[in-house]
Amino acid sequence: MTEARRFPPSLPLLIRQAGHQLRLFVRVPVAVFFTIALPFVVLLIINATSGDRLIRDPNGEWPVDAFVCVAIAAFTAVSATFTNLANMVPIRREEGVLQRWRSTPLPVWVFVGGHVLAAVVIAVASVVFMLAVGVALYGVSVPLSSIPALVVTVVVATTAFAAMGMAVAALVPTASAASGVANAIVLPMALISNVFIPMESPPTALDIAANLLPLRPFVDAVQAPLHPVDPTTVPQWGALGVIVLWGVAGFACAVRTFRWNAAPGGSTRRRRAAHQSG
Amino acid sequence: MMSPAIKVNDLVVEYTSSQGTIRAVNGLDLSIAEGEVYALLGENGAGKTSTVEVLEGHRSRVGGQVEILGIDPTAGGSRRRELRDQIGIVLQTSGIEPEITPREVLTLFGAVYRNPYSLSDVVERVGLAGFVDQRVGSLSGGQRRRLDLAVAVIGRPRVLFLDEPTTGFDPSARRNAWELVRSLHADGTTILLTTHYLEEAEFLADRVGVISRGEMLVEGPPRELQQAHGRSVMSVEIAGAGSLSDVEASVAAVLDGISSTLAWQGTRLLITTEETTKVLERITRWALSMGADLSEWSIERPSLEQVFLELNADIDREGDDD
Repeated sequence: MTEARRFPPSLPLLIRQAGHQLRLFVRVPVAVFFTIALPFVVLLIINATSGDRLIRDPNGEWPVDAFVCVAIAAFTAVSATFTNLANMVPIRREEGVLQRWRSTPLPVWVFVGGHVLAAVVIAVASVVFMLAVGVALYGVSVPLSSIPALVVTVVVATTAFAAMGMAVAALVPTASAASGVANAIVLPMALISNVFIPMESPPTALDIAANLLPLRPFVDAVQAPLHPVDPTTVPQWGALGVIVLWGVAGFACAVRTFRWNAAPGGSTRRRRAAHQSG
Repeated sequence: MMSPAIKVNDLVVEYTSSQGTIRAVNGLDLSIAEGEVYALLGENGAGKTSTVEVLEGHRSRVGGQVEILGIDPTAGGSRRRELRDQIGIVLQTSGIEPEITPREVLTLFGAVYRNPYSLSDVVERVGLAGFVDQRVGSLSGGQRRRLDLAVAVIGRPRVLFLDEPTTGFDPSARRNAWELVRSLHADGTTILLTTHYLEEAEFLADRVGVISRGEMLVEGPPRELQQAHGRSVMSVEIAGAGSLSDVEASVAAVLDGISSTLAWQGTRLLITTEETTKVLERITRWALSMGADLSEWSIERPSLEQVFLELNADIDREGDDD
Protein backbone atom coordinates (compact mmCIF):
# COMPACT_ATOMS: atom_id res chain seq x y z
CA MET A 1 0.00 0.00 0.00
CA THR A 2 2.74 2.39 1.02
CA GLU A 3 4.82 1.29 -1.95
CA ALA A 4 2.17 2.42 -4.38
CA ARG A 5 2.31 6.02 -3.19
CA ARG A 6 4.68 8.52 -4.71
CA PHE A 7 6.84 10.95 -2.85
CA PRO A 8 5.44 14.47 -2.68
CA PRO A 9 6.74 16.65 -5.55
CA SER A 10 9.93 18.58 -4.86
CA LEU A 11 8.93 22.11 -5.82
CA PRO A 12 6.18 22.52 -3.18
CA LEU A 13 8.57 20.95 -0.65
CA LEU A 14 11.23 23.50 -1.61
CA ILE A 15 8.77 26.37 -1.21
CA ARG A 16 7.62 24.99 2.13
CA GLN A 17 11.22 24.72 3.35
CA ALA A 18 11.97 28.27 2.23
CA GLY A 19 8.78 29.48 3.92
CA HIS A 20 9.89 27.77 7.11
CA GLN A 21 13.28 29.50 6.96
CA LEU A 22 11.60 32.87 6.35
CA ARG A 23 9.34 32.31 9.34
CA LEU A 24 12.36 31.49 11.47
CA PHE A 25 14.15 34.60 10.21
CA VAL A 26 11.39 36.97 11.27
CA ARG A 27 11.21 35.22 14.66
CA VAL A 28 14.91 35.66 15.40
CA PRO A 29 15.09 39.35 16.33
CA VAL A 30 18.88 39.43 16.29
CA ALA A 31 18.96 38.26 12.67
CA VAL A 32 16.48 40.93 11.58
CA PHE A 33 18.44 43.53 13.53
CA PHE A 34 21.84 42.73 12.02
CA THR A 35 20.53 42.19 8.51
CA ILE A 36 18.28 45.22 8.11
CA ALA A 37 18.06 47.51 11.14
CA LEU A 38 21.77 47.92 11.78
CA PRO A 39 22.78 48.69 8.16
CA PHE A 40 19.86 51.14 8.02
CA VAL A 41 21.09 52.99 11.11
CA VAL A 42 24.66 52.96 9.78
CA LEU A 43 23.39 54.41 6.52
CA LEU A 44 21.57 57.22 8.33
CA ILE A 45 24.67 58.05 10.40
CA ILE A 46 27.14 57.98 7.50
CA ASN A 47 24.94 60.12 5.33
CA ALA A 48 24.24 62.56 8.16
CA THR A 49 27.97 63.14 8.52
CA SER A 50 29.31 62.99 4.97
CA GLY A 51 28.10 66.36 3.64
CA ASP A 52 27.50 67.10 -0.03
CA ARG A 53 30.64 65.57 -1.53
CA LEU A 54 30.63 64.03 -4.97
CA ILE A 55 32.15 60.62 -5.62
CA ARG A 56 33.81 60.07 -9.00
CA ASP A 57 33.66 56.69 -10.66
CA PRO A 58 34.50 55.73 -14.23
CA ASN A 59 30.98 56.61 -15.41
CA GLY A 60 30.71 60.02 -13.79
CA GLU A 61 29.91 61.59 -10.45
CA TRP A 62 27.59 60.44 -7.65
CA PRO A 63 26.24 62.43 -4.71
CA VAL A 64 27.92 60.70 -1.76
CA ASP A 65 24.66 59.88 0.03
CA ALA A 66 23.17 58.09 -2.99
CA PHE A 67 26.46 56.26 -3.60
CA VAL A 68 26.66 55.02 -0.01
CA CYS A 69 22.96 54.10 0.07
CA VAL A 70 23.27 51.83 -2.98
CA ALA A 71 26.49 50.32 -1.64
CA ILE A 72 24.85 49.54 1.71
CA ALA A 73 21.87 48.06 -0.14
CA ALA A 74 24.32 45.60 -1.73
CA PHE A 75 25.92 45.01 1.66
CA THR A 76 22.57 44.07 3.26
CA ALA A 77 22.08 41.50 0.52
CA VAL A 78 25.40 39.95 1.52
CA SER A 79 24.41 40.01 5.20
CA ALA A 80 21.12 38.33 4.37
CA THR A 81 22.81 35.48 2.53
CA PHE A 82 26.47 34.97 3.39
CA THR A 83 26.48 36.22 6.99
CA ASN A 84 23.12 34.79 7.99
CA LEU A 85 23.79 31.32 6.64
CA ALA A 86 27.34 31.22 8.03
CA ASN A 87 25.86 32.16 11.42
CA MET A 88 22.64 30.21 11.56
CA VAL A 89 23.53 26.89 9.93
CA PRO A 90 26.16 26.03 12.59
CA ILE A 91 23.64 27.00 15.30
CA ARG A 92 21.07 24.66 13.75
CA ARG A 93 23.74 21.99 13.50
CA GLU A 94 24.40 22.26 17.23
CA GLU A 95 20.68 22.20 17.97
CA GLY A 96 20.54 18.90 16.07
CA VAL A 97 18.21 20.32 13.44
CA LEU A 98 20.41 19.28 10.52
CA GLN A 99 20.71 15.73 11.77
CA ARG A 100 16.97 15.58 12.38
CA TRP A 101 16.26 16.49 8.74
CA ARG A 102 18.91 14.11 7.54
CA SER A 103 16.83 11.34 9.12
CA THR A 104 13.87 12.13 6.85
CA PRO A 105 13.22 11.38 3.17
CA LEU A 106 13.54 15.08 2.31
CA PRO A 107 16.15 15.27 -0.49
CA VAL A 108 19.30 17.06 0.63
CA TRP A 109 19.10 19.55 -2.24
CA VAL A 110 15.60 20.59 -1.19
CA PHE A 111 16.74 21.13 2.39
CA VAL A 112 19.77 23.21 1.40
CA GLY A 113 17.84 24.84 -1.43
CA GLY A 114 15.19 26.00 1.04
CA HIS A 115 17.86 27.80 3.05
CA VAL A 116 19.33 29.41 -0.05
CA LEU A 117 15.96 30.42 -1.51
CA ALA A 118 14.86 32.01 1.77
CA ALA A 119 18.17 33.86 2.06
CA VAL A 120 17.83 35.20 -1.48
CA VAL A 121 14.27 36.33 -0.76
CA ILE A 122 15.45 38.15 2.36
CA ALA A 123 18.31 39.68 0.36
CA VAL A 124 15.96 40.94 -2.34
CA ALA A 125 13.60 42.37 0.28
CA SER A 126 16.52 44.12 2.02
CA VAL A 127 17.72 45.62 -1.25
CA VAL A 128 14.21 46.84 -2.07
CA PHE A 129 13.93 48.38 1.39
CA MET A 130 17.30 50.14 1.17
CA LEU A 131 16.62 51.43 -2.32
CA ALA A 132 13.22 52.70 -1.18
CA VAL A 133 15.03 54.59 1.57
CA GLY A 134 17.44 55.88 -1.07
CA VAL A 135 14.64 57.07 -3.31
CA ALA A 136 12.85 58.72 -0.40
CA LEU A 137 15.82 60.36 1.32
CA TYR A 138 18.90 60.45 -0.90
CA GLY A 139 17.75 61.14 -4.42
CA VAL A 140 18.45 57.64 -5.73
CA SER A 141 16.53 56.98 -8.92
CA VAL A 142 15.67 53.50 -10.16
CA PRO A 143 14.95 53.70 -13.91
CA LEU A 144 12.54 51.03 -15.12
CA SER A 145 15.00 50.02 -17.84
CA SER A 146 17.58 49.20 -15.14
CA ILE A 147 15.39 46.84 -13.19
CA PRO A 148 16.04 43.65 -15.20
CA ALA A 149 19.82 44.09 -14.89
CA LEU A 150 19.42 44.83 -11.20
CA VAL A 151 17.28 41.76 -10.57
CA VAL A 152 19.66 39.45 -12.44
CA THR A 153 22.63 40.92 -10.58
CA VAL A 154 21.05 40.60 -7.13
CA VAL A 155 19.64 37.10 -7.63
CA VAL A 156 22.79 35.62 -9.20
CA ALA A 157 25.17 37.27 -6.77
CA THR A 158 23.19 36.50 -3.62
CA THR A 159 22.89 32.86 -4.64
CA ALA A 160 26.68 32.81 -4.94
CA PHE A 161 27.05 34.53 -1.56
CA ALA A 162 24.68 31.95 -0.07
CA ALA A 163 26.97 29.20 -1.38
CA MET A 164 29.96 30.95 0.22
CA GLY A 165 28.01 31.20 3.48
CA MET A 166 27.35 27.46 3.35
CA ALA A 167 31.07 26.86 2.85
CA VAL A 168 31.91 28.86 5.98
CA ALA A 169 29.11 27.04 7.85
CA ALA A 170 30.68 23.75 6.78
CA LEU A 171 34.19 24.77 7.79
CA VAL A 172 33.68 26.42 11.18
CA PRO A 173 33.78 23.89 13.99
CA THR A 174 31.24 25.47 16.34
CA ALA A 175 28.33 27.89 16.35
CA SER A 176 30.15 30.22 18.71
CA ALA A 177 33.06 30.49 16.28
CA ALA A 178 30.77 31.06 13.30
CA SER A 179 29.64 34.59 14.00
CA GLY A 180 33.19 35.78 14.60
CA VAL A 181 34.49 34.13 11.45
CA ALA A 182 31.68 35.49 9.27
CA ASN A 183 32.18 39.04 10.53
CA ALA A 184 35.95 38.78 10.28
CA ILE A 185 35.48 38.00 6.60
CA VAL A 186 32.73 40.48 5.75
CA LEU A 187 33.68 43.62 7.65
CA PRO A 188 37.28 44.09 6.41
CA MET A 189 36.08 43.22 2.92
CA ALA A 190 33.37 45.90 3.22
CA LEU A 191 35.97 48.49 4.19
CA ILE A 192 37.87 48.01 0.93
CA SER A 193 34.75 47.58 -1.21
CA ASN A 194 33.26 51.11 -1.16
CA VAL A 195 30.54 50.06 1.26
CA PHE A 196 30.90 52.40 4.21
CA ILE A 197 33.76 54.55 2.98
CA PRO A 198 34.08 55.28 -0.74
CA MET A 199 37.73 54.66 -1.67
CA GLU A 200 38.84 57.52 -3.87
CA SER A 201 42.54 56.86 -4.34
CA PRO A 202 43.35 53.45 -2.87
CA PRO A 203 46.83 51.85 -3.09
CA THR A 204 46.98 49.73 -6.26
CA ALA A 205 47.45 46.46 -4.36
CA LEU A 206 44.39 47.08 -2.24
CA ASP A 207 42.40 48.02 -5.31
CA ILE A 208 43.38 44.80 -7.08
CA ALA A 209 42.62 42.73 -4.00
CA ALA A 210 39.21 44.36 -3.62
CA ASN A 211 38.36 43.59 -7.25
CA LEU A 212 39.35 39.95 -6.90
CA LEU A 213 37.24 39.46 -3.77
CA PRO A 214 33.50 39.10 -4.37
CA LEU A 215 32.06 42.08 -2.48
CA ARG A 216 33.51 45.00 -4.48
CA PRO A 217 32.41 43.54 -7.84
CA PHE A 218 28.93 43.09 -6.34
CA VAL A 219 28.77 46.69 -5.12
CA ASP A 220 29.95 47.86 -8.57
CA ALA A 221 27.40 45.65 -10.31
CA VAL A 222 24.54 46.99 -8.18
CA GLN A 223 25.67 50.58 -8.60
CA ALA A 224 26.04 50.44 -12.38
CA PRO A 225 22.32 50.17 -13.24
CA LEU A 226 21.55 52.87 -10.66
CA HIS A 227 24.21 55.34 -11.76
CA PRO A 228 22.81 58.88 -11.64
CA VAL A 229 24.57 59.95 -14.85
CA ASP A 230 24.73 56.87 -17.05
CA PRO A 231 22.72 53.89 -15.73
CA THR A 232 23.44 50.62 -17.54
CA THR A 233 20.66 48.33 -18.70
CA VAL A 234 22.67 45.13 -18.92
CA PRO A 235 24.28 43.34 -15.97
CA GLN A 236 28.01 43.80 -15.38
CA TRP A 237 28.97 40.37 -16.64
CA GLY A 238 32.64 40.67 -15.74
CA ALA A 239 31.87 41.55 -12.12
CA LEU A 240 29.19 38.86 -11.93
CA GLY A 241 31.72 36.38 -13.33
CA VAL A 242 34.08 37.04 -10.40
CA ILE A 243 31.22 36.55 -7.92
CA VAL A 244 30.01 33.37 -9.61
CA LEU A 245 33.53 31.92 -9.49
CA TRP A 246 33.59 32.53 -5.74
CA GLY A 247 30.13 31.01 -5.52
CA VAL A 248 31.20 27.88 -7.37
CA ALA A 249 34.26 27.56 -5.12
CA GLY A 250 32.00 27.97 -2.09
CA PHE A 251 29.58 25.37 -3.39
CA ALA A 252 32.35 22.85 -4.05
CA CYS A 253 33.80 23.46 -0.63
CA ALA A 254 30.40 23.11 1.07
CA VAL A 255 29.63 19.84 -0.74
CA ARG A 256 33.00 18.38 0.21
CA THR A 257 33.12 19.39 3.85
CA PHE A 258 29.52 19.82 5.01
CA ARG A 259 28.80 18.21 8.37
CA TRP A 260 25.31 17.31 9.54
CA ASN A 261 26.00 16.59 13.17
CA ALA A 262 27.82 18.64 15.74
CA ALA A 263 31.21 17.12 16.41
CA PRO A 264 31.77 16.80 20.15
CA GLY A 265 35.16 18.44 20.46
CA GLY A 266 34.83 19.65 16.92
CA SER A 267 37.63 17.64 15.37
CA THR A 268 35.97 14.46 14.16
CA ARG A 269 36.30 13.96 10.46
CA ARG A 270 33.09 13.09 8.70
CA ARG A 271 34.11 13.20 5.10
CA ARG A 272 32.34 9.99 4.40
CA ALA A 273 29.06 11.28 5.77
CA ALA A 274 29.42 14.36 3.61
CA HIS A 275 30.00 12.25 0.51
CA GLN A 276 26.84 10.33 1.14
CA SER A 277 24.87 13.54 1.06
CA GLY A 278 24.64 13.64 -2.71
CA MET B 1 9.80 -16.95 7.25
CA MET B 2 9.91 -13.17 6.78
CA SER B 3 13.34 -11.59 6.54
CA PRO B 4 14.22 -9.58 9.63
CA ALA B 5 13.47 -5.84 9.73
CA ILE B 6 16.89 -5.12 11.18
CA LYS B 7 19.87 -7.30 10.41
CA VAL B 8 23.38 -6.70 11.69
CA ASN B 9 26.32 -9.04 11.08
CA ASP B 10 29.72 -8.64 12.67
CA LEU B 11 29.40 -4.86 13.10
CA VAL B 12 32.61 -3.01 13.95
CA VAL B 13 32.68 0.68 14.83
CA GLU B 14 35.84 2.57 15.75
CA TYR B 15 36.62 6.08 16.88
CA THR B 16 39.90 7.71 16.12
CA SER B 17 41.10 10.31 18.55
CA SER B 18 44.47 11.78 19.41
CA GLN B 19 44.94 8.95 21.91
CA GLY B 20 44.57 6.32 19.20
CA THR B 21 41.80 4.10 17.94
CA ILE B 22 39.02 2.95 20.22
CA ARG B 23 36.80 0.08 19.17
CA ALA B 24 33.28 0.97 20.34
CA VAL B 25 31.49 -1.96 18.72
CA ASN B 26 33.32 -5.21 18.26
CA GLY B 27 31.68 -7.79 16.02
CA LEU B 28 28.08 -7.31 17.07
CA ASP B 29 25.31 -9.47 15.61
CA LEU B 30 21.69 -8.49 15.82
CA SER B 31 18.53 -9.67 14.15
CA ILE B 32 15.18 -8.08 14.86
CA ALA B 33 12.00 -9.43 13.33
CA GLU B 34 9.38 -7.26 11.70
CA GLY B 35 6.94 -6.13 14.36
CA GLU B 36 9.23 -6.91 17.26
CA VAL B 37 10.12 -4.52 20.11
CA TYR B 38 13.78 -4.99 21.01
CA ALA B 39 15.54 -3.20 23.85
CA LEU B 40 19.29 -2.68 23.79
CA LEU B 41 20.71 -2.33 27.29
CA GLY B 42 24.19 -1.45 28.34
CA GLU B 43 26.13 0.88 30.54
CA ASN B 44 27.39 4.21 29.23
CA GLY B 45 30.14 3.49 26.71
CA ALA B 46 28.98 -0.09 26.11
CA GLY B 47 28.42 0.69 22.44
CA LYS B 48 24.65 0.88 22.25
CA THR B 49 24.42 4.45 20.96
CA SER B 50 27.19 3.78 18.42
CA THR B 51 25.27 0.75 17.20
CA VAL B 52 22.01 2.65 16.90
CA GLU B 53 23.72 5.54 15.12
CA VAL B 54 25.08 3.15 12.50
CA LEU B 55 21.61 1.70 11.99
CA GLU B 56 20.15 5.20 11.66
CA GLY B 57 22.76 6.08 9.04
CA HIS B 58 24.32 8.76 11.22
CA ARG B 59 27.65 7.03 11.76
CA SER B 60 29.97 5.11 9.49
CA ARG B 61 31.21 1.64 10.31
CA VAL B 62 34.57 -0.02 9.91
CA GLY B 63 33.20 -3.47 9.14
CA GLY B 64 30.19 -5.72 9.01
CA GLN B 65 26.87 -5.83 7.19
CA VAL B 66 23.84 -3.78 8.18
CA GLU B 67 20.40 -3.85 6.61
CA ILE B 68 17.23 -2.08 7.63
CA LEU B 69 14.21 -3.37 5.67
CA GLY B 70 16.72 -4.81 3.21
CA ILE B 71 18.51 -1.49 2.64
CA ASP B 72 22.01 -0.58 3.82
CA PRO B 73 21.69 2.65 5.83
CA THR B 74 24.69 4.10 3.97
CA ALA B 75 22.89 3.71 0.63
CA GLY B 76 22.41 6.88 -1.40
CA GLY B 77 19.91 8.31 -3.82
CA SER B 78 16.47 6.75 -4.14
CA ARG B 79 17.34 3.79 -1.84
CA ARG B 80 18.25 6.28 0.84
CA ARG B 81 15.00 8.15 0.41
CA GLU B 82 13.03 4.91 0.38
CA LEU B 83 14.62 3.86 3.66
CA ARG B 84 14.20 7.27 5.34
CA ASP B 85 10.51 7.18 4.44
CA GLN B 86 10.09 3.93 6.37
CA ILE B 87 12.04 4.71 9.53
CA GLY B 88 11.48 7.08 12.41
CA ILE B 89 14.17 8.20 14.81
CA VAL B 90 14.04 9.75 18.26
CA LEU B 91 17.47 11.24 18.77
CA GLN B 92 18.96 12.11 22.13
CA THR B 93 19.09 15.75 21.06
CA SER B 94 15.81 17.20 19.99
CA GLY B 95 16.74 18.92 16.73
CA ILE B 96 13.79 21.27 16.54
CA GLU B 97 14.17 25.03 16.31
CA PRO B 98 12.94 26.75 19.49
CA GLU B 99 11.28 29.54 17.49
CA ILE B 100 8.47 27.47 15.97
CA THR B 101 5.41 25.68 17.32
CA PRO B 102 4.65 21.95 17.43
CA ARG B 103 1.85 22.44 14.89
CA GLU B 104 4.27 24.09 12.45
CA VAL B 105 6.97 21.46 13.03
CA LEU B 106 4.64 18.52 12.56
CA THR B 107 3.03 20.01 9.44
CA LEU B 108 6.48 20.65 7.98
CA PHE B 109 7.78 17.15 8.73
CA GLY B 110 4.56 15.41 7.75
CA ALA B 111 4.79 16.95 4.29
CA VAL B 112 7.96 15.06 3.34
CA TYR B 113 6.59 11.52 3.83
CA ARG B 114 4.54 9.45 1.45
CA ASN B 115 1.94 8.28 3.91
CA PRO B 116 2.05 10.36 7.09
CA TYR B 117 -0.32 10.24 10.02
CA SER B 118 -2.57 13.26 10.34
CA LEU B 119 -1.48 16.04 12.64
CA SER B 120 -4.46 15.60 14.96
CA ASP B 121 -3.87 11.84 15.20
CA VAL B 122 -0.24 12.23 16.27
CA VAL B 123 -0.93 15.15 18.59
CA GLU B 124 -3.56 13.14 20.40
CA ARG B 125 -1.46 9.98 20.59
CA VAL B 126 1.55 11.68 22.19
CA GLY B 127 -0.55 13.97 24.39
CA LEU B 128 0.54 17.30 22.92
CA ALA B 129 -2.96 18.67 22.49
CA GLY B 130 -2.52 21.44 25.05
CA PHE B 131 0.69 22.83 23.57
CA VAL B 132 0.45 22.63 19.77
CA ASP B 133 0.54 26.39 19.35
CA GLN B 134 3.16 27.19 21.94
CA ARG B 135 6.75 27.97 20.88
CA VAL B 136 8.97 24.90 21.17
CA GLY B 137 11.44 26.96 23.22
CA SER B 138 8.84 27.43 25.94
CA LEU B 139 7.94 23.74 26.30
CA SER B 140 9.08 21.77 29.35
CA GLY B 141 11.64 18.99 28.93
CA GLY B 142 8.97 16.32 29.01
CA GLN B 143 6.76 18.15 26.52
CA ARG B 144 9.73 18.49 24.17
CA ARG B 145 10.47 14.79 24.33
CA ARG B 146 6.85 14.12 23.46
CA LEU B 147 7.24 16.40 20.47
CA ASP B 148 10.41 14.50 19.50
CA LEU B 149 8.40 11.33 19.61
CA ALA B 150 5.63 12.91 17.54
CA VAL B 151 8.14 14.08 14.89
CA ALA B 152 9.67 10.61 14.78
CA VAL B 153 6.36 8.85 14.17
CA ILE B 154 4.58 11.40 11.93
CA GLY B 155 5.80 9.56 8.82
CA ARG B 156 4.10 6.31 9.90
CA PRO B 157 7.43 4.44 10.19
CA ARG B 158 7.74 0.68 9.81
CA VAL B 159 10.89 0.77 11.92
CA LEU B 160 11.28 3.14 14.85
CA PHE B 161 14.52 3.89 16.67
CA LEU B 162 14.09 5.19 20.19
CA ASP B 163 17.30 6.33 21.83
CA GLU B 164 16.42 6.80 25.49
CA PRO B 165 12.96 8.06 24.64
CA THR B 166 11.65 8.80 28.12
CA THR B 167 14.69 10.37 29.76
CA GLY B 168 13.41 13.40 31.66
CA PHE B 169 9.77 12.26 31.70
CA ASP B 170 7.71 12.37 34.85
CA PRO B 171 6.04 9.05 35.73
CA SER B 172 2.73 9.86 34.06
CA ALA B 173 4.40 11.13 30.90
CA ARG B 174 6.45 7.92 30.86
CA ARG B 175 3.28 5.85 31.12
CA ASN B 176 1.80 7.80 28.20
CA ALA B 177 4.92 7.27 26.12
CA TRP B 178 4.80 3.57 26.90
CA GLU B 179 1.18 3.44 25.81
CA LEU B 180 2.18 5.12 22.56
CA VAL B 181 4.96 2.60 21.98
CA ARG B 182 2.55 -0.22 22.72
CA SER B 183 -0.02 1.14 20.30
CA LEU B 184 2.67 1.44 17.60
CA HIS B 185 3.71 -2.11 18.41
CA ALA B 186 0.10 -3.19 18.03
CA ASP B 187 0.10 -1.53 14.59
CA GLY B 188 3.04 -3.75 13.62
CA THR B 189 5.86 -1.22 13.97
CA THR B 190 9.31 -2.69 14.58
CA ILE B 191 10.93 -0.82 17.45
CA LEU B 192 14.55 -0.72 18.58
CA LEU B 193 14.85 0.92 21.95
CA THR B 194 17.84 1.88 24.03
CA THR B 195 17.18 2.76 27.59
CA HIS B 196 18.65 3.19 31.03
CA TYR B 197 15.35 2.24 32.62
CA LEU B 198 15.26 -1.50 33.06
CA GLU B 199 11.60 -1.47 33.93
CA GLU B 200 11.00 0.23 30.59
CA ALA B 201 12.68 -2.63 28.77
CA GLU B 202 10.84 -5.15 30.92
CA PHE B 203 7.50 -3.48 30.20
CA LEU B 204 7.89 -2.84 26.48
CA ALA B 205 10.33 -5.27 24.94
CA ASP B 206 9.67 -8.65 23.38
CA ARG B 207 13.40 -9.23 23.52
CA VAL B 208 16.28 -7.63 25.33
CA GLY B 209 19.96 -7.60 24.41
CA VAL B 210 22.61 -6.64 26.93
CA ILE B 211 25.80 -5.30 25.39
CA SER B 212 29.07 -4.61 27.06
CA ARG B 213 32.35 -3.41 25.57
CA GLY B 214 30.86 -3.51 22.12
CA GLU B 215 29.80 -7.14 22.28
CA MET B 216 26.49 -8.85 22.84
CA LEU B 217 26.53 -10.41 26.28
CA VAL B 218 23.15 -12.12 26.37
CA GLU B 219 19.88 -11.68 24.61
CA GLY B 220 16.40 -13.08 24.94
CA PRO B 221 12.94 -12.33 26.20
CA PRO B 222 13.09 -10.44 29.52
CA ARG B 223 11.45 -13.34 31.36
CA GLU B 224 13.99 -15.86 30.08
CA LEU B 225 16.88 -13.60 30.99
CA GLN B 226 15.50 -13.25 34.45
CA GLN B 227 15.20 -16.98 34.82
CA ALA B 228 18.51 -17.83 33.24
CA HIS B 229 20.69 -15.17 34.79
CA GLY B 230 19.02 -13.90 37.88
CA ARG B 231 18.99 -15.15 41.40
CA SER B 232 15.63 -15.40 43.08
CA VAL B 233 15.06 -14.39 46.66
CA MET B 234 13.11 -17.01 48.63
CA SER B 235 11.85 -16.23 52.07
CA VAL B 236 10.16 -18.32 54.73
CA GLU B 237 9.18 -18.31 58.42
CA ILE B 238 10.50 -21.36 60.25
CA ALA B 239 9.04 -22.38 63.62
CA GLY B 240 9.79 -25.34 65.91
CA ALA B 241 13.44 -25.83 64.92
CA GLY B 242 15.21 -24.03 67.73
CA SER B 243 16.91 -20.63 67.83
CA LEU B 244 17.60 -18.57 64.74
CA SER B 245 21.26 -19.48 64.82
CA ASP B 246 20.40 -23.20 65.12
CA VAL B 247 18.05 -22.86 62.14
CA GLU B 248 20.68 -21.02 60.11
CA ALA B 249 23.31 -23.68 60.84
CA SER B 250 20.94 -26.53 59.93
CA VAL B 251 19.73 -24.87 56.74
CA ALA B 252 23.31 -24.10 55.70
CA ALA B 253 24.18 -27.77 56.19
CA VAL B 254 21.11 -28.92 54.27
CA LEU B 255 21.90 -26.59 51.37
CA ASP B 256 25.48 -27.76 51.15
CA GLY B 257 26.51 -27.89 47.47
CA ILE B 258 23.85 -25.44 46.29
CA SER B 259 25.01 -21.93 45.49
CA SER B 260 23.05 -19.74 47.89
CA THR B 261 23.35 -17.07 50.51
CA LEU B 262 21.37 -16.75 53.74
CA ALA B 263 20.21 -13.64 55.55
CA TRP B 264 17.61 -12.68 58.14
CA GLN B 265 14.86 -10.16 57.83
CA GLY B 266 13.39 -10.14 61.34
CA THR B 267 12.37 -13.74 61.84
CA ARG B 268 12.17 -14.47 58.11
CA LEU B 269 14.99 -16.38 56.53
CA LEU B 270 16.02 -15.03 53.10
CA ILE B 271 17.71 -17.44 50.72
CA THR B 272 19.16 -15.97 47.54
CA THR B 273 19.78 -18.59 44.88
CA GLU B 274 19.44 -19.54 41.23
CA GLU B 275 18.30 -23.05 42.12
CA THR B 276 14.94 -22.42 43.69
CA THR B 277 13.54 -25.90 43.07
CA LYS B 278 16.41 -27.72 44.79
CA VAL B 279 16.35 -25.31 47.70
CA LEU B 280 12.62 -25.78 48.10
CA GLU B 281 12.91 -29.56 47.98
CA ARG B 282 15.80 -29.83 50.49
CA ILE B 283 14.34 -27.39 52.99
CA THR B 284 10.93 -29.04 52.85
CA ARG B 285 12.50 -32.48 53.42
CA TRP B 286 14.58 -31.12 56.32
CA ALA B 287 11.53 -29.44 57.92
CA LEU B 288 9.49 -32.66 57.69
CA SER B 289 12.25 -34.68 59.32
CA MET B 290 12.65 -32.09 62.08
CA GLY B 291 8.93 -31.62 62.62
CA ALA B 292 9.48 -27.90 61.95
CA ASP B 293 6.74 -25.67 60.61
CA LEU B 294 7.32 -23.65 57.42
CA SER B 295 4.95 -20.80 56.72
CA GLU B 296 4.54 -17.84 54.39
CA TRP B 297 6.84 -19.02 51.66
CA SER B 298 7.53 -16.43 49.00
CA ILE B 299 9.73 -16.53 45.94
CA GLU B 300 10.58 -13.33 44.18
CA ARG B 301 12.00 -13.43 40.71
CA PRO B 302 14.84 -10.99 40.15
CA SER B 303 14.09 -7.78 38.31
CA LEU B 304 15.76 -7.22 34.97
CA GLU B 305 17.73 -4.56 36.75
CA GLN B 306 19.34 -7.15 39.04
CA VAL B 307 20.14 -9.35 36.05
CA PHE B 308 21.72 -6.40 34.31
CA LEU B 309 23.75 -5.32 37.32
CA GLU B 310 25.00 -8.85 37.93
CA LEU B 311 25.99 -9.37 34.32
CA ASN B 312 27.92 -6.14 34.29
CA ALA B 313 29.52 -6.91 37.63
CA ASP B 314 30.69 -10.25 36.19
CA ILE B 315 32.18 -8.48 33.20
CA ASP B 316 33.97 -5.98 35.43
CA ARG B 317 35.46 -8.80 37.48
CA GLU B 318 36.68 -10.56 34.33
CA GLY B 319 38.08 -7.26 33.13
CA ASP B 320 40.01 -6.78 36.36
CA ASP B 321 41.59 -10.20 35.97
CA ASP B 322 43.44 -9.37 32.77
